[in-house]
Amino acid sequence: MAEVRLEGVWKQFEDVVAVRDFNLKIEDKEFVVLVGPSGCGKTTTLRMIAGLEEITRGNIYIADRIVNKVPAKDRNIAMVFQNYALYPHMTVYENMAFGLEMRRTPKEEIRRRVQEAAEILGISELLHRKPKQLSGGQRQRVALGRAIVRKPQVFLFDEPLSNLDAKLRVQMRVELKKLHSRLATTAVYVTHDQVEAMTMGDRIVVMKDGLIQQVGTPLELYNRPANTFVAGFLGSPSMNFFEAELVREGMAIALRAGDVRLDLPPEKAALLNGYSHDRVIVGIRPEDLQPVSQHLPGRTIQATVEVVEPIGNETYVDVDAAGVPLVAGAGRHSTIRPKDTVVLKPIPEKIHLFDPRDQRAI
Amino acid sequence: MVGETKTQKLIKFYIPLALYLFFLLFPFYWMVNTVFKSDNEMYNLELNPFYIHSPTLENIVHLFTRTIFFKWMANTFFVAILSTLIALGASLLAAYAIQRLRFKTSQPTGVAIFLSYLVPQTILFIPLAHVIFQLRLWDSLWSLVLTYPTFLVPFCTWLLMGYFKSIPKEMEECAMIDGASRVRIFTKIILPLCLPGILSAAIFCFTLSWNEYIYALAFISDTYKKTVPIGLVTELVRGDVYHWGPLMAGALCASVPVALVYSFFVEHYVAGMTGALKE
Repeated sequence: MAEVRLEGVWKQFEDVVAVRDFNLKIEDKEFVVLVGPSGCGKTTTLRMIAGLEEITRGNIYIADRIVNKVPAKDRNIAMVFQNYALYPHMTVYENMAFGLEMRRTPKEEIRRRVQEAAEILGISELLHRKPKQLSGGQRQRVALGRAIVRKPQVFLFDEPLSNLDAKLRVQMRVELKKLHSRLATTAVYVTHDQVEAMTMGDRIVVMKDGLIQQVGTPLELYNRPANTFVAGFLGSPSMNFFEAELVREGMAIALRAGDVRLDLPPEKAALLNGYSHDRVIVGIRPEDLQPVSQHLPGRTIQATVEVVEPIGNETYVDVDAAGVPLVAGAGRHSTIRPKDTVVLKPIPEKIHLFDPRDQRAI
Repeated sequence: MVGETKTQKLIKFYIPLALYLFFLLFPFYWMVNTVFKSDNEMYNLELNPFYIHSPTLENIVHLFTRTIFFKWMANTFFVAILSTLIALGASLLAAYAIQRLRFKTSQPTGVAIFLSYLVPQTILFIPLAHVIFQLRLWDSLWSLVLTYPTFLVPFCTWLLMGYFKSIPKEMEECAMIDGASRVRIFTKIILPLCLPGILSAAIFCFTLSWNEYIYALAFISDTYKKTVPIGLVTELVRGDVYHWGPLMAGALCASVPVALVYSFFVEHYVAGMTGALKE
């Protein structure tokens, strides 16, 4: 049983504030991913939970115990580092046993636990090798093994997959997820890769400039981003944004950006009740913008194709809609070519609106 | 390089290398050349000086029987080994602290240590002489054991700082989370990983102490307590008479231990100068 709670946590390095007022409750056995661009404070937050970094202000609780002043070794956590941090002069077995030896675990128990972990990770054959003799993926497994033998209350992962090649990364992602459900331990995972965040997290915390932008399940964040940053960060290719003017005609509201005109469906228009500004930022995900055959003014957008990017299961087209650059998903069998004129239809319910003054979702 | 002709290679690589080797090795050749010549041959200007006409061991016999060369060697070993150990102990701790423990003055401390290395020995020996006198260590080998670290520690500290820097911090942090104390991390992780660096530092210290001249000359006057460099020069140069043969024999014998130390550890030594962890 270990829930992790951060209350009003701040971290300041001399004159730089790395983390501001971080509040989060991580449930027992939950897998939470901290994601954001580099320098957003995600790794610092993880290191504060680990006890490798002091907290400037606030409280961190692990299993209802304040750990602000508790040294890393007494927090009962295990951490997996990006560069694995294996001890190069020790064998795989010694690497995995090190933590247990430090805690004076009986030899027999150490042997049993290391073998058990090695079996789970499929590295039983490698126990007598040195890290130098292992591939990237194998080293990663050893690093994981070193964490799981200790049976900690909380696992902390600091971009553990970013040194692996793309294919291995996908494979390890799945394995990590399986491992987590098998071990049922609270996990905090830091990454800058939005795909990793989306696929692995029970919940995702999106951070920027030391501030939490939004916390939620992957689909909550994807479908209802709190601001343009979250909307643009999650999803690949990222969401199309353009600024538009609001044209009110009685109860109906239309969006106008240059020659582009879109009528908002009533439920979206209702959101704008009481909205005082006359401009909004419109966000449409590429997959919610599909080519159709017929142009319906107010419902569709006419555009010229600039670049076609087939990626196999989908073809993305970069278009220019009278000065507004957009990316649209044209389906895997698309025959669209550059310089073609296309008609794109956004799915009305999937149009996101943001306030240009503070970038927040309306 | 690809596409270089043999002549280009010769001009760019082999000829400069040959010149360099000649420059480095000629003194050794001269030393060996002189050791095995008799005085008569040495001073005979008719003979080719680069060649030994009638080899003799008389210079070596002179060195071994008419001076206390072995006592000097023992003294030098004693001083070099002890001061190396002291310097290593101090610089390992200093370098680790400056590099890894975050304290406000860690950077200035590092610079200060380096600056102390820049003070010439020829100036430093004056105040040090006073200290040695106060400590009543005048004319004792301990005066050298204690003063050599003054130039060994700064050098080793800087060498080891660079070495510690190349060990990923995460490794220590991981050990810390694993439950190891600072001391455990230092002995179980850092020291084994830094062995090549420590060896190079040790070799450096040993060589510098072995060859040291100024302090030994200033602090020791008893013949029985001299180190090799001083013993040879003071006992085999009498006024304006240079006993070249025994002098060179002494120089040759004294360079053997250093050469052995280097050749045993040359691989570690190179690794130590080029950083810690290569995967």
